[in-house]
Amino acid sequence: MMPHIISMLIKRLGLGVLTLLLLSLLIFLSVEALPGDLAETILGQQATPETVAAIRKELGLDQPPLTRYLNWLGGVLQGDFGNSLALKKPISGLIAPRIQNTLFLTLYTAAIAVPLSIILGLAVSLFRNSYFDRITNTTALAAISMPEFFVGYVMIYFCALSGYFPSMANINANTPFLDKLYFCFLPALTLTLVVTAHMMRMTRAAIINVLALPYIEMARLKGAKPSRIIVRHALPNAVAPIVNVVALNLAYLITGVVIVEIVFVFPGLGQLMVDGVKFRDVPVVQATALIFASAYVGLNLLADIISTLSNPRLMRQR
Amino acid sequence: MIYLQTLLGVLVFIVVGLSAGWVFREMLARVASQNMGKFLRTAPLTACFGMLVITIYIICAVFAPFIAPYGEAEILSGGFEPWSSTYILGTDNLGRDVFTRLIYGARNTVGIAFLITALAFLFGTVLGIFAALKGGIIDQVMSRLIDVLMAIPSLIFSLLMLTIFGTSVFSLVIVIATIDSTRVFRIARAVALSIVQLDYVEAAKLRGESTSYLILREILPNAMAPLAAEFGLRFCFVFLMISALSFLGLGLQPPTADWGSMVRDNADLISFGDITPLIPAGAIALLTIAVNFVVDWLLHRASGLKD
Repeated sequence: MMPHIISMLIKRLGLGVLTLLLLSLLIFLSVEALPGDLAETILGQQATPETVAAIRKELGLDQPPLTRYLNWLGGVLQGDFGNSLALKKPISGLIAPRIQNTLFLTLYTAAIAVPLSIILGLAVSLFRNSYFDRITNTTALAAISMPEFFVGYVMIYFCALSGYFPSMANINANTPFLDKLYFCFLPALTLTLVVTAHMMRMTRAAIINVLALPYIEMARLKGAKPSRIIVRHALPNAVAPIVNVVALNLAYLITGVVIVEIVFVFPGLGQLMVDGVKFRDVPVVQATALIFASAYVGLNLLADIISTLSNPRLMRQR
Repeated sequence: MIYLQTLLGVLVFIVVGLSAGWVFREMLARVASQNMGKFLRTAPLTACFGMLVITIYIICAVFAPFIAPYGEAEILSGGFEPWSSTYILGTDNLGRDVFTRLIYGARNTVGIAFLITALAFLFGTVLGIFAALKGGIIDQVMSRLIDVLMAIPSLIFSLLMLTIFGTSVFSLVIVIATIDSTRVFRIARAVALSIVQLDYVEAAKLRGESTSYLILREILPNAMAPLAAEFGLRFCFVFLMISALSFLGLGLQPPTADWGSMVRDNADLISFGDITPLIPAGAIALLTIAVNFVVDWLLHRASGLKD
């Protein structure tokens, strides 16, 4: 039994690594589709044959794509993403503090949103088809439909103008932890609102699926209380889908974070990426895209593994 | 105090919205044929509200030049003019009428979102059904390729692509349509897989019909219902995505009126307690909510009205 799980996990991990490799290839080679040449793009109006040749040499563009890809990948694996074109600084130095900030914001949001949405999802499935269920569901549907920047600006309008919370999350590495929590409260709340609705609806769907099974009918017939049926009987079998939902939504947070960082002027990875896109700073965009995509793939992989581990049927036979 | 007022405002909005939805449903049911009328009366009020909102948006988009009091990019005053009878919602940072741009935004933003969704469906469904029909190696290769493309979050992927192709309406349409067609491919393939096995498709194959005939005439009509609901959902995603990109300054380029960039251009006003920038953002939210309400009803019906 044990070797089987291990070989399965290794297979999944291998597939994940393969996806990451293909992704890095895609992210790197997509630049080849650039009309003209990176060197000409950088120089713009000042492109003369000599300067173009000089820049091409400096960036290593005179080498074949495969060599450049392998060099780039080798650098990335050692934490070296090359130099930013706009700022002329090593990208790893730009990224390091920002990754911490973005990670902090994401974890902060998750710490609020995950328990909240699971409790709400349980409550809603306990009282399903009641007015409480309908109103919560409709509100959640509405909350999902709103663009992040709308929620963000509404937050700024109400919370920041009344002076309780700052509208700009200007933090750095030296900000004390409690101050960080305070400064990041509005961005975290914005993300929470958007993500909670999703997670709650999916938790409800997962539990209601389980509730349709015959053994729940049995529990009901033997006279167990509704709350006991949900918590003791339904929940353990709904763990896999719920974990999946949580991981998927954390992955969704990754893209939500980009917009929210812009709204709240938060010094994170998303802001770096958007600035990179504006200045067409290709190496920065490649580096940030790779980090976001790896986090996304990693979370999906984690969801996959956890739901496999929590389901004895999937674990035992093929 | 401001919180109580807002709460009251939201409640009034919900009540007015739902009653307007009810009136709209009665109106439609009267005008429509008997069967259609009966069908419409089964719609919950939220879905009616959704249909009403969508109708209003379509009217705004189609008749924009007749509704809007000024030209789309006409510069009228010094900028940041307050709300008044001449400028209903004031003017923006460059002195253009906000109300006018809001109306034209319905045309530009919604129109482009619709175009992108339609393109994504065109590519996605045809390729998806093709993969399901052919099966074997072709299916495997296509599906794995799509899996890799889908492993990148779509916002991140579109940011990467827009860096490469630059920000123009054309590249925006192509990039987002391509990214979204991967999602449509998944759904279309899954739906088609169950249809491909049915006898009548087998019969058509034996008759020696061409692949395009099989896709368009045999499989597509039967895959229509789930794909229609998916179209609504996809439209919301695309719409939110281009609004987000415009908000980041990477979507529709000025002077085209567009809701996302209207929010960004005037965002500073919010710090002074002016809600004007929230209105285009609210317009985006309202439309996606409306579409989602309608889709939710359709999906609920399609799932056989169970629990």
